[in-house]
Amino acid sequence: MEKSFSGIIILFIFLGGFDQLYGQSDQDALMMKNNEFCTGFMYQHSGWDHYWEGSIKRDNQNIGTLKTQMVSYMGMYGITNKLNAFVTLPYVKISSNVGEWKEQQGVQDISAWLKYWIVDKKGEKGRFGLFGLAGISTPVTNYNIDMLPYSIGLGSTNLSGRIMADYQRGRWFATGSATYILRSNVELDRNSYYTTQMQYTNEIRMPHATQWMLRAGYRYKGWIAEAIADNWTTQGGHDITRNNMPFVSNRMEATRLGANFKWEDGMVKGLSLLTGGSFTLTGRNIGQASTFYGGIVYLFNVSSKSSSSGSSKIK
Amino acid sequence: MKKLLYIIATILILNSCNKSINDQSLAYPVLNPKKNDANAGMWKPIMLSAPDQVMVPAPGAAAGPDYTTQINEIKSFQANLNDEGKKNISYWGAGAVLRWNEITRELVAKYNLPPVNSPDGTYPFPDANNPLAYPLFPFANPPYAARAYAYISAACFDALVACYHYKKLYNRAAPYVANTTVDALLPKTDLPSYPSEDATVAGVMWEMMKLLFPGEQAYVQNLIQEHMDARIASGANVRSDLEAGYALGRSIAIKFATRARTDRAGASAGTPAIWKQMESATIARGEIPWLSLEFPARPAMLPLFGRVQPWLFDSAILISIRPPAPPSTSSEKFKKELEEVYQFSKNPTREQIRVAQFWADGVSTYTPPGHWNAIAANVFVPMQMSEVRWARNLALLNMALMDASIACWDTKYLYFNPRPGQMDKRIKTVVGVPNFPSYTSGHSTFSGAAATVLSHIVSDKTDDFMQMANEASLSRLYGAIHYRSDCDEGLACGMRVGNFAVKRAVTDGAGN
Repeated sequence: MEKSFSGIIILFIFLGGFDQLYGQSDQDALMMKNNEFCTGFMYQHSGWDHYWEGSIKRDNQNIGTLKTQMVSYMGMYGITNKLNAFVTLPYVKISSNVGEWKEQQGVQDISAWLKYWIVDKKGEKGRFGLFGLAGISTPVTNYNIDMLPYSIGLGSTNLSGRIMADYQRGRWFATGSATYILRSNVELDRNSYYTTQMQYTNEIRMPHATQWMLRAGYRYKGWIAEAIADNWTTQGGHDITRNNMPFVSNRMEATRLGANFKWEDGMVKGLSLLTGGSFTLTGRNIGQASTFYGGIVYLFNVSSKSSSSGSSKIK
Repeated sequence: MKKLLYIIATILILNSCNKSINDQSLAYPVLNPKKNDANAGMWKPIMLSAPDQVMVPAPGAAAGPDYTTQINEIKSFQANLNDEGKKNISYWGAGAVLRWNEITRELVAKYNLPPVNSPDGTYPFPDANNPLAYPLFPFANPPYAARAYAYISAACFDALVACYHYKKLYNRAAPYVANTTVDALLPKTDLPSYPSEDATVAGVMWEMMKLLFPGEQAYVQNLIQEHMDARIASGANVRSDLEAGYALGRSIAIKFATRARTDRAGASAGTPAIWKQMESATIARGEIPWLSLEFPARPAMLPLFGRVQPWLFDSAILISIRPPAPPSTSSEKFKKELEEVYQFSKNPTREQIRVAQFWADGVSTYTPPGHWNAIAANVFVPMQMSEVRWARNLALLNMALMDASIACWDTKYLYFNPRPGQMDKRIKTVVGVPNFPSYTSGHSTFSGAAATVLSHIVSDKTDDFMQMANEASLSRLYGAIHYRSDCDEGLACGMRVGNFAVKRAVTDGAGN
């Protein structure tokens, strides 16, 4: 049991915009041990050729298929056995196969999370864990947010609070989490805009957002296979009007299904491979994206006392 | 655990501070004109033959039972004034012409959306007789918007010249002067209150909005009601001031609406035969014709808008101020200009993207003419001008902007020049590609005209206006949707148009 709470798995989720990366964050109930450090890279590909304009599902021959590619750096550290920290920094490139719009690319938002293991209860048949997480993400570059769906991000600084519960019985587990995301105002390059009324300012009030996620599957000795369902909903915002461009403060909703796999390479201690994907089932003012990712992470112990890298705790 | 709670609490506190946005328009101060322009009844109107062409009956005496009833109406409004009512008084108190100009910009932005194509690849056209069926009428694109701003501003000006004529003629004092128990909740003025200038503007708006945004009548009626209530509640007008002004505004606006129905804008979409003819005439000249870059190909925007009746000159002058032919699509100069666009498209700097986006004024915005109205409003607000001078200045600006769009559209469809993205497929943009020929740039023409007019009205800001016009013009090159010739010639033609408005300004009696 204890072993399965170490190690790491990442789900990259596409949320918030038209394939807007919300942040890879930490969505699982796994903890790293004191002084363990994990670092790695992830590549992700996402595409859609249909999107929801309000509740109308449509295609757009002036966009064709919109493709988002992303390479992310990830770093994670076990501050204590009960407190972990995570950082990610993605580079994003968005392009479409037709139309006149120029592809956009750049370093997007840095995000950092703290994860605290609040409750750890071992019962006769299983083990229950409760976690609290706090996260922040903020743009690293001054990218333009007024070219959706081509903008590489939404530009807001987000503060997230998440509560997560996990239950493991034998090799099978289920995890549920709920998140509230506070989003800061953002600024356009122009000094007026129309939402459902005229606004004479470059500032936009972003609706906050909620997310829930359920994951369940198999977790044993560093091997993980799981199914994921999640939903993201902004708390307000307006629909894209007919044939309009999307806008950064639109109401955005997405419900997705996905799967994750992780396995540890037996040959190199501490090395793990990750892969997975997701599909948007329903949404509002976002693209119906299919997403695949693959990544590689390396875990080692940074404490000088224990020189054995890839600490045997990952199993 | 505690640590985490602290973090979350801090986050909540930090965030709650930062949600309000500073809308500039809501911060406008109440209008308190430095000069009341009491003699504006002598200024030269645009369409009216004389300021008393529309008759306004003499008001009743500012005493006696009927007047007392009207004073009591004010008192009952003031006795029941809540925060909402106070907010309305100061909102509308910023100026009737200003607020209705803003409302026009808002409706333009709301309706500035190109229709989506039908499944068969054709595009439906909005129908003025069925405005709320999709596609909504109007598609408030830049020429439509320029025309809307112009008719509204010109009609407001003529109506206010007439209004000020009757103010002086009948010389009825404001309610708070006639009856000292009435509170003045807006700055007091010596300007006679009958007929009300606010109601005159509202009457104009009712007639013009019915014509220009026929699906918004309920919205407009609600605003008129709010505006008129604010005037009564402020103690600035009795009901008969408003009724006389509203009737006057409507009568004069109807004359402008009649002009609008016959100004040829209704036929400016052209026909497939005319579109084809423009294309073949271009090929016959040995040039490459414009093609829509949209999928499916969308008919070009208002190909016959160049034939709409201008305000400031006739069709002979329109031809005389027309820009020269653009560089031939087969010339060296053209190749050089195309290469320049490609270079801007290849690696735009963040600053170039900012400039391109700042001036883009594309779908779902108030358009470039609206942008220049917003610029003008921000300059005019601190000047504290009378309502009639506000109307005069906006009329000059917007007549020039509409005539600029006529001159530009005339040029665009005469030469039917392809966009850079059509000629070099590598060229991609950071703003939307407008669906009409390239030469000349509409933004440049609008900006040249607007900067010229505004520089005459506020001469100490000439450098600012010219700098803005140049930046707006260049923004289209940064956006990679125009060649340099489009921008330069558009700007120059716009300035020529603007000078006709200046010519009018120096002779209209308003002085400067």
